[in-house]
Amino acid sequence: MISFLRHGIATASESAKRHRWFYEALFWAAIVLAALLFPSQHLLMIEISIIALFALSLDLLLGYAGVVSLGHAAFFGFGAYLAGLLALHGIVREPVLAMLLTGLISGLIGLAASTLVLRGSDLTKIMVTLGLALVFYEIANRLTWLTGGADGMTGIEIAPLLGLFEFDFFGHIGLAYCLVVLFLLFIVARCVVDSPFGWSIKAIRDNPTRASAIGVPTHRRLMAMFALSAAYAGIAGALLTQTTSFVSLSVLHFERSADVLLMLLLGGTGYLYGGLVGAVIFKLLHSWIASLTPEYWQFWIGAFLVAIVLLRRASIRSALASIGERFRPAGHAQGRAR
Amino acid sequence: MTAALETRRLAKHFGGIIATNDVSLTVKHGARHALIGPNGAGKTTLINLLTGVLAPSQGSIHLEGKDITGIGRAARVKLGLARTFQVNSLFAEFTPFETLTMTIGERLGIGSQWWRKLRGRPEIEKEAEDLLETFHLVDVGDRPTKSMAYGKQRLLEIAIAFACKPKVMLLDEPAAGVPESESAEIFQALAALPPDVTVLLIEHDMHLVFRFADRITVMVNGAVFAQGAPDQIARDPRVRAVYLGEDA
Repeated sequence: MISFLRHGIATASESAKRHRWFYEALFWAAIVLAALLFPSQHLLMIEISIIALFALSLDLLLGYAGVVSLGHAAFFGFGAYLAGLLALHGIVREPVLAMLLTGLISGLIGLAASTLVLRGSDLTKIMVTLGLALVFYEIANRLTWLTGGADGMTGIEIAPLLGLFEFDFFGHIGLAYCLVVLFLLFIVARCVVDSPFGWSIKAIRDNPTRASAIGVPTHRRLMAMFALSAAYAGIAGALLTQTTSFVSLSVLHFERSADVLLMLLLGGTGYLYGGLVGAVIFKLLHSWIASLTPEYWQFWIGAFLVAIVLLRRASIRSALASIGERFRPAGHAQGRAR
Repeated sequence: MTAALETRRLAKHFGGIIATNDVSLTVKHGARHALIGPNGAGKTTLINLLTGVLAPSQGSIHLEGKDITGIGRAARVKLGLARTFQVNSLFAEFTPFETLTMTIGERLGIGSQWWRKLRGRPEIEKEAEDLLETFHLVDVGDRPTKSMAYGKQRLLEIAIAFACKPKVMLLDEPAAGVPESESAEIFQALAALPPDVTVLLIEHDMHLVFRFADRITVMVNGAVFAQGAPDQIARDPRVRAVYLGEDA
């Protein structure tokens, strides 16, 4: 009887696994297809892939570690300014190298910030992240000699990608660059969340007391995840600078933190695609609603979010979980045969 | 031979309240040592001191002769001190199989590895399957923990602690709240723990205590009140008066 049950579970999960791969391949193929079909929209698609990466970085933190941040733009903005400075002063000219270095340093900044954020209750964390982003914003605003202040950082020249491909005005190279980075970082994120480290992070999210009672050094693990998330956000910021050759204070604005959270909530947390799906929905909703009522698009986005949350039971968390469930083909039934 | 677990003059004050008062406790290797006492006797505080949730005001704790008083929670587990919880404290979204593979991975020191999947490691999955077998969890092994019956969750509590391969297990009322019909499975699971694992059992259920324990410590008002073999304790008139008397 038991072996029969096991067998049933194993085959079910194997087919679920095959299906999952199928859907995932379809997802990425659709992106490539869209890029090929709409060459005139590449600048918009660059924008979407960058905010998608940014939302992915928040998903690592919120969806997996359960840490809510209302100031994630701090790391996005830090990355954007750092990439700008690296290019402007010719410190690291080659964009890929500059992007990787930016990610590394953003991660270290995230590690330092995590010691401030990871204490107290959820509310404390939210307020500390919010405060950090405000502090970063004001620093960038004041250090005019370094950042250009309110005028933004201008005169940035981005060298050819890998010394070979010049960034063009239509965003063709830029989009290819952003999509490759997004895809690779997605693969890394998938690897991380399926690893022993990723499982221990999920365990901490579910029950920190028990996690420490089985020997998980919870604080250290959360710090590492925070740093990873900050590194991803920093890379997203670097991509923005490199594809637009410009940095403005808006990279650190509160609205950016709020928008990315909104995107992630729209797409669903904790299954990695939420940020990507959410970014697309958000941007499309944005342009659609803005074409109908240019001034009040945020009203409709907000109303949409409220509707989702209310329709899906009381708490945002369970709302997200159940939305995520729908998009997650394999679901919880991922048997042990995987 | 050093004791498996020992406290020396352990004390914990909360302001003016003395929750643990000068407790010197010796748990021998391989013992089935029960800790009993009326509500408010300080059993939970003692568990929290032993596991590092609370820092003692005075005294010291020794695991196999090593002073662990100043060591953190996770590090104590690595040294071989695991616990269960009186109120189920599990990973609701995980299946028991996932919970156990994660726990085993942590014990093997690969918990910070991020570049390789946790799944598909035969040595870990084999051990997890064996644990499911030992603790009567095979048929629910792939279900989310939150959907499991209460009794099964109690079993998973013990299985998780055991998956840490502890030298000393602290069982905090393992049968608490379990209906009569399901308690047999818990008793079996406890009886099946290997003899070289030392067990400190905190329990209200006298039936379980006298069946399982080979030594009993009675705590009253934060202090050790009596200690001895089960029949000795059962006969002790002072114990009967302050403790058993309440129930009898």
